[in-house]
Amino acid sequence: MIKKIYLDYNATTPIHPEVLDAMLPYFKNFYGNPSSVHSFGQKTRNAVEDAREKIAKFLGAENPSEIVFTSCGTESNNFAIKGIAFANKDKNCHIITSAIEHHAVLEPCEYLSKKFGVDVTYLPVDKYGIVNPEDIRKSITEKTVLISIMYANNEVGTIQPIEEIAKIAKEKNIIFHTDAVQAAGKISIDVKKLDVDLLSVSGHKLYAPKGIGVLYIKKGTKLHPLLHGGSHEKNKRAGTENVPYIVGLAKACEIAAINIKDENERILKLRQKLEKGILEKIEYVQINGHTMKRLSNTSNISFNFIEGEGILMSLDLDGFAASTGSACTSGTLEPSHVLSAMGVPPEQAQGSVRFSLGHYTTEKDMDKLLEILPKIVERLRSMSPLWEDRIKKVNSLDKG
Amino acid sequence: MQYSSKVMEHFNNPRNVGEITDADGVGNVGNPVCGDIMRLYIKVKDGIIIDAKFKTFGCGAAIATSSMVTEMVKGKSVDEALKISNRAVAEALGGLPPVKMHCSVLAEEALRAAIDDYYKKHPEQKPK
Repeated sequence: MIKKIYLDYNATTPIHPEVLDAMLPYFKNFYGNPSSVHSFGQKTRNAVEDAREKIAKFLGAENPSEIVFTSCGTESNNFAIKGIAFANKDKNCHIITSAIEHHAVLEPCEYLSKKFGVDVTYLPVDKYGIVNPEDIRKSITEKTVLISIMYANNEVGTIQPIEEIAKIAKEKNIIFHTDAVQAAGKISIDVKKLDVDLLSVSGHKLYAPKGIGVLYIKKGTKLHPLLHGGSHEKNKRAGTENVPYIVGLAKACEIAAINIKDENERILKLRQKLEKGILEKIEYVQINGHTMKRLSNTSNISFNFIEGEGILMSLDLDGFAASTGSACTSGTLEPSHVLSAMGVPPEQAQGSVRFSLGHYTTEKDMDKLLEILPKIVERLRSMSPLWEDRIKKVNSLDKG
Repeated sequence: MQYSSKVMEHFNNPRNVGEITDADGVGNVGNPVCGDIMRLYIKVKDGIIIDAKFKTFGCGAAIATSSMVTEMVKGKSVDEALKISNRAVAEALGGLPPVKMHCSVLAEEALRAAIDDYYKKHPEQKPK
């Protein structure tokens, strides 16, 4: 049996054992509905409010009531975007976002644009995947009600100038939302310092389970709920609270807060080793994304003349799990919209693989990967017509 | 998405990878935007395809269908080879995920392009 090595932490993470331990009593013993008056309900209500406080602290929120629990990052993003658009439905509204957002932002924008005539501006990015804050300033009109720019990109890890963008939004009195699904747990977030109005978090990207998310809603921000029903979450999100998962997310945030600095340094070293090794051992590769302004765990690499899926399948046979672009878009055939927006040519984008490192990644894993990856690339190149053409071109140049 | 064991087997051990330097027909299809490029070489003797080789830039299914189509045409007459459909290639591989059926279409197109090229180079062989 080959050892399985998981390098797809940006797709999802395993549940931390302490998170699971924290959750279990809320499956087994404490099952009351937090909205119930009796002691069963009081017990779980306390657990939910305690979790809210911990998460507020983790995100630097002033007030725990600014933390609203959702079912996932996608819901948080939908809530933020549609919630603001619907709250401003009387204005002929305009939203500014970027071309490299996750589909959980792009699709709600697209929906609002198609079905409700909302005007959406998709800002370009530079070759590193960074939005120019000045482009945002220039795109603002009288109708702009929301700016939504992701904190860190899921495919290439590029970190956006969130503070600067927030400043512009504040100046112009426009609501600013950031999708921090990939950032939360990997870099310290302080919503107060950043001065954002809305911020999305997903549990399963930081060692909590799938099926829990948070939308931070700064006090006073008016947005419509997506779900209507009971008065849960102060009328912001109807539906009985997912108590065990909420408890789990709070625990995950606590653990992340303690480890964030050391883990970042440890993981950055592993990634540097990986990238250095790849650049040394394999020719015709490019690292996509910014050198410095990038999540320390994310490495998106284009292997020229071959296609990414073949690399993934070969890696999988050797026990390695990685991905091409986003797991959410693996059913489509187009090259990554993120790499395209960064100006990476299609054939290079098709040959890109994302390695995302995490808590259980070791130096040995990197050594093993560096041992097998050159062989995989060589084998696939030996089958590629583009590689054949390149060799012929080089040979003819030599002769000429 | 899951590939059949046959697809995996052909991806891992593709048959007939390579180039025929004195090929009688070469078919080039696909483009990098859709993510697949296939190049198929055939060698024909007395109306029979005696050798076929391929080079493919593409996903696992693209490599497996290229491998399978070269296996299927070898020993067939050019006429018979023209009757090989994309469905037949996909079936021979134990089926393909719906999103990957286009790879079998590409394999069929590559074969047709190679045969077209053969007829262009050898117009006397073209059926009247």
